[in-house]
Amino acid sequence: MTCIDASGMDYAALNAAIRAHDGDIIIQNCMGQRFIGAGAQNHTIQIYGIPGNALGAYLDGATVEVFGNAQDAVGDTMNAGRIVIRGDIGDTAGYAMRGGRIYVHGNAGYRTGIHMKAYQDKLPVLVIGGRTGSFLGEYQAGGVIVVLGLDAVGERPIVSNFPCNGIHGGKLFLRSDCAEIAFPEQVTARPATPEDMAEIEEYLREFCALLDFDFDMLYASRYTVVTPDSQNPYQQMYVAN
Amino acid sequence: MNPSEQRAPREGEVRIPSGCAIAAVISKSGERMSGEGIIKAMRPMRERSNGLGGGFAGYGIYPEYRDFFALHIFYDSDAVRTECETYLRSALEIVRSETIPTRKLPAITDEPLIRRYFVTPLRSVLASMQVDENEFVARVVMRINTRFDGAYVFSSGKNMGVFKAVGYPEDVGEFYRLEEYGAYSWTAHGRYPTNTPGWWGGAHPFALLDRTVVHNGEISSYDANRRFIEMFGYRCTLQTDTEVITYIADYLIRKQGLTLTETASVIAAPFWSTIARKPESERRELEYLRAVFPSLLITGPFSIILGFTGGLMALNDRLKLRSMVTGEKGDRVYIASEEAAIRAMEPDAENIYAPTGGEAVIVKVREGAF
Repeated sequence: MTCIDASGMDYAALNAAIRAHDGDIIIQNCMGQRFIGAGAQNHTIQIYGIPGNALGAYLDGATVEVFGNAQDAVGDTMNAGRIVIRGDIGDTAGYAMRGGRIYVHGNAGYRTGIHMKAYQDKLPVLVIGGRTGSFLGEYQAGGVIVVLGLDAVGERPIVSNFPCNGIHGGKLFLRSDCAEIAFPEQVTARPATPEDMAEIEEYLREFCALLDFDFDMLYASRYTVVTPDSQNPYQQMYVAN
Repeated sequence: MNPSEQRAPREGEVRIPSGCAIAAVISKSGERMSGEGIIKAMRPMRERSNGLGGGFAGYGIYPEYRDFFALHIFYDSDAVRTECETYLRSALEIVRSETIPTRKLPAITDEPLIRRYFVTPLRSVLASMQVDENEFVARVVMRINTRFDGAYVFSSGKNMGVFKAVGYPEDVGEFYRLEEYGAYSWTAHGRYPTNTPGWWGGAHPFALLDRTVVHNGEISSYDANRRFIEMFGYRCTLQTDTEVITYIADYLIRKQGLTLTETASVIAAPFWSTIARKPESERRELEYLRAVFPSLLITGPFSIILGFTGGLMALNDRLKLRSMVTGEKGDRVYIASEEAAIRAMEPDAENIYAPTGGEAVIVKVREGAF
């Protein structure tokens, strides 16, 4: 176990220090340094403080754990590995990821899971414990997004405006009846079946084990499954406003 | 030879797209803070800037001259300074005129003459023009910025000031000795223009009277906004989007009397589909604002912090194409492009929150506390 004090280090120095070590690393006093663990294959990286944007970009097998909040574009284009965020996460989490898993204890920002895709045996998984902002799963092309709404307070819906715009692949599981949510015409939203739930059982078990949630309660909840409707493909959002 | 042929090209002569870092802090009890904290906020966001512009606005920094407009002016030469000062004396009473104190730094070079004037409009001139003092000073600013080649007013409010330069923001803060000022609110900006001639006046914040704007983003609707706002006497001399946002804020708030929330609903108007799902009274108001001010809808990515006497307003574009986070600790509220910047100012900040697209976050100092 190597401990790195990130105080006063810029992102290049911090990432060079990470690459200089094999095995487990603890980063203390992290303060916005970007690209932590970019492309990492073998490390286990634990982060105290606030990691900067593009945490775990191109991650390729390593495990990253953040004991607090993370900023934007976590797991950008990641290929394999696991990222666990014990706080909230910023915008565009899992941007274009094509493999690996991201587990978030709290809420996520805008454009969560934008451009997620799958490739051959790669299936990216993104589980959000709280709520997400607008444009969840925008242009999603593959993979699985699960939103649990565990801290949903009062009137706020589990996802905000314009979820699933431009989606043409993959699958979303929202732990809600989604009565208040306006999905675009290009998707199908329906209650989850036992067969659907079996697909995410493994992810939910891992999520609950890592972040101390009650699996039985979560698994027994009612979910809405959202998939693209291939008979009615996506056309436009930004022009006719 | 025309002076404009002798110098490097300026903004307005070259197109400049930009990305950026913004940050702000405000004390709701009106407690004055030195500039050191806001400078700290900019350090973890260094990658958001590229050294071609940084700046700060501080409110409550000139209590001893609180009734006078503080004009901060860049001059390219002593000749234009003399010419401009002659004009100033013809329109305004100047109670104090001085060079803004700076410290020499290797990171900050090619500084213009940087002067500060505490002024008040001549009553006789106000009476003959039949305008109030704010309108008059705004016209003086527009006149200098359009008629005096080599002079640029970059700050013009009461009991507040803008400090900006070409450089990284943390260096700009040190250059202007911001640790020597006490403000109840600060805003800051680090600039990342990708193709800039690097001119001091082009750094943020942009200011008119006491309103300042720091902005991260790029406005697709710039020209539509500019054509509309220029009908009301504003002159967009820089072709940068932030300048037009500053004038839109001045127009809607000062001239049209809109509230900050209404102003936010004009410039970051919700989509019609979102408006259609609102309760009746809110829907009618939003429809009204979109119908009356369609040309002031700002499209494209932006996160901005609007500074004004006694408060701040943070606002994202309606699609939220830029990041912005807020936090609190005690009576202070923090706003920044990244949570790391807030943690740099206050490691124990609480209630970290990312405002949604078009959601105005308005923070005011308690009445009478500034």
